[in-house]
Amino acid sequence: MRHILSVLVENKPGVLARIAGLFSARGYNITSLAVSETLDPTISYTTMVVETGDEKILEQIKKQLNKLIDVITITDFTKKEHVDRELILIKIDYSLKDKVKLESVLSKYAAKLTQHKEDTAIIEMAGEQEEIKNLLEDLKQFGIKELVRTGRVAVSY
Amino acid sequence: MTGAQILIECLKREGVDVIFGYPGGVVLPLFDKLYDADIKFILTRHEQAAAHAADGYARATGKVGVCIATSGPGATNLVTGIATAYMDSIPMVAITGQVKTALIGNDAFQEADVTGITRSITKHNYLVKDVKNLAGIVAEAFYIASTGRPGPVLIDLPVDVQLADTEFIWPEKVEIRSYKPTYFGHPGQIKKAAKLIAQSKKPIIYAGGGIIASGANVELKTLAEKISAPVTWTLMGIGGFPAVHKLSLGMLGMHGTAYANHSIMQSDLIIAIGARFDDRVTGRLDAFAPHAKIIHIDIDPASISKNVKVDVPIVGDAKNILGKLIEEIKKIPETYEWLEEVEALKEKYPLVYVNRAKIAPQYVIEQIYEAARGEAIITTEVGQNQMWAAQWNKCSSPRTFISSGGLGTMGFGFPAAMGVKMAYPDKQVFDIAGDGSIQMNIQELATCVANKINVKVIILNNGYLGMVRQWQELFYKRRYSYTTLYNPDFVKLAESYGAAGIRVIKKEEVRPAIEKALEIDNTVFIDFHIESEENVFPMVPAGEAIDRMIGGMA
Repeated sequence: MRHILSVLVENKPGVLARIAGLFSARGYNITSLAVSETLDPTISYTTMVVETGDEKILEQIKKQLNKLIDVITITDFTKKEHVDRELILIKIDYSLKDKVKLESVLSKYAAKLTQHKEDTAIIEMAGEQEEIKNLLEDLKQFGIKELVRTGRVAVSY
Repeated sequence: MTGAQILIECLKREGVDVIFGYPGGVVLPLFDKLYDADIKFILTRHEQAAAHAADGYARATGKVGVCIATSGPGATNLVTGIATAYMDSIPMVAITGQVKTALIGNDAFQEADVTGITRSITKHNYLVKDVKNLAGIVAEAFYIASTGRPGPVLIDLPVDVQLADTEFIWPEKVEIRSYKPTYFGHPGQIKKAAKLIAQSKKPIIYAGGGIIASGANVELKTLAEKISAPVTWTLMGIGGFPAVHKLSLGMLGMHGTAYANHSIMQSDLIIAIGARFDDRVTGRLDAFAPHAKIIHIDIDPASISKNVKVDVPIVGDAKNILGKLIEEIKKIPETYEWLEEVEALKEKYPLVYVNRAKIAPQYVIEQIYEAARGEAIITTEVGQNQMWAAQWNKCSSPRTFISSGGLGTMGFGFPAAMGVKMAYPDKQVFDIAGDGSIQMNIQELATCVANKINVKVIILNNGYLGMVRQWQELFYKRRYSYTTLYNPDFVKLAESYGAAGIRVIKKEEVRPAIEKALEIDNTVFIDFHIESEENVFPMVPAGEAIDRMIGGMA
């Protein structure tokens, strides 16, 4: 099961290395990791997605993270009402004759054609995991050349 | 003041009275200030020994141990010592020099990414880039090292920062928003624990190093006597409860007493205090203490429910929590029958050894205990020597048995003994060693002699890397693959350094040799030629349930 952890950390050099080091040293898997400054420039907001089927391991991950001196708070969003989004950029094969078909696909989602050049178009969308999955499925018909995702960011009430 | 002066001023304000270390290129500014500083400095012959000595000092006193090394190889030589302290939660501040800030990342001469290397073996570490932050960082480092679950903290200090000038501002109070250890146990949890204890019929106390770290030995004794529960302990818990007490079961686990292991397996309630259910203690996890409910008191929430499922977790300082728990227990469990059962186990499976033709190592340990009237501080190396010391030295007060538990570092005991002796010059300090371990930091003979640090090194010399040989004997068809040792003449070796040496071949020479060593005002190596294939028994084979012991039964 995937768990979203929101972790507030000191905005100091080496903090990301400490987190990454902890995960590798203890054999935990990070699915995605997004870090950014908050309104308070001394604090960074980290959204981590970790994959584990074991409640005990998840507990250990949270406790071990908490032991890092630079970690301020950890919130598990999994059982909490929250909004999470991920930004995805998709590079697809494109020619003008596809225009109508592509527009009709994109209109189903909050996705848009950001740029296109000769034989390539770049699509962007920020959305939930399910939407992103469906969009990718629908875009396969055009030929996906490359895609890049930010990892999820999340916030709760 | 310069960075170097600030560092020394900070160390003084933290109450540091001795530093162990080794100079080098990028710590020259610091050593120049140490030259006339009012702090004792012990020059070891290897940085690893400096780290172990600082660790030994910390274990013996409860204060923060301090060591210093230069950049690159100096710092990497500290690594084993830092990791040893980390695994056993020992408060330590390690200071390393670093190349000039402008050169960091340039593969400069003697450069190593020391904060990177030590990230997973320190409680926290710092690279000081601006001299203005130095005083605050040193204060934080000591605070972090000594509070909560203690541990080593490293400060990496570039040479230009040591030379840079700034105003010295000492932070009177350290406040770290992201670090707030829990000291007081949750009252509701303590109530639940008291209730479980009242309902239990077969309670057992399982005490770890947390008893020593929090100074909870008095409370532990009060609790055990109040509820009449037998007490067993881990290697790190030795000295937390008097070994000669009628409720004492000795150490449990892989080389624990058989009666401790049987007792915990048959118990219906385990009160774990400052212990972490390590694999050497639990043996096969799914078979461990099947009928027992578990109360787990620990200052580190990550230690709770890590290996075993706990019924009543209580996070906080052991001394505090035990004090409250003792007050909270109104109804005393009826344990008379249980104690009779435990007594029967003690009679059925006593801790014994066999006297053969040559000297029995267990006998040597017993004789040390008697000759020093139980008042010596014992350090150990790692392996058979360590286990025999743990089993046969009837240690009764905290901080008098000093051993590398978690990391199991050979070469720890001798330099650790130096640290202990620096803390307690009037106490007798013995390092119980093997002929293998002692050779891992034997260069410290020079440090001992040069500084008149008189420690007594007991070499239980069997000509083997004994513990590995024992496993090869039992589990690898006696194929003694690279465990036979060619050894120097330890007596001549000690003498060549200016220390004293005694060789003991016969059993009747054991006690006189120890008595003689105690009289000699010098470091003494006593080379005991012991039974070469003596094993540490009882023993739980790796991965077995802890009541499936082999050997050592009468």
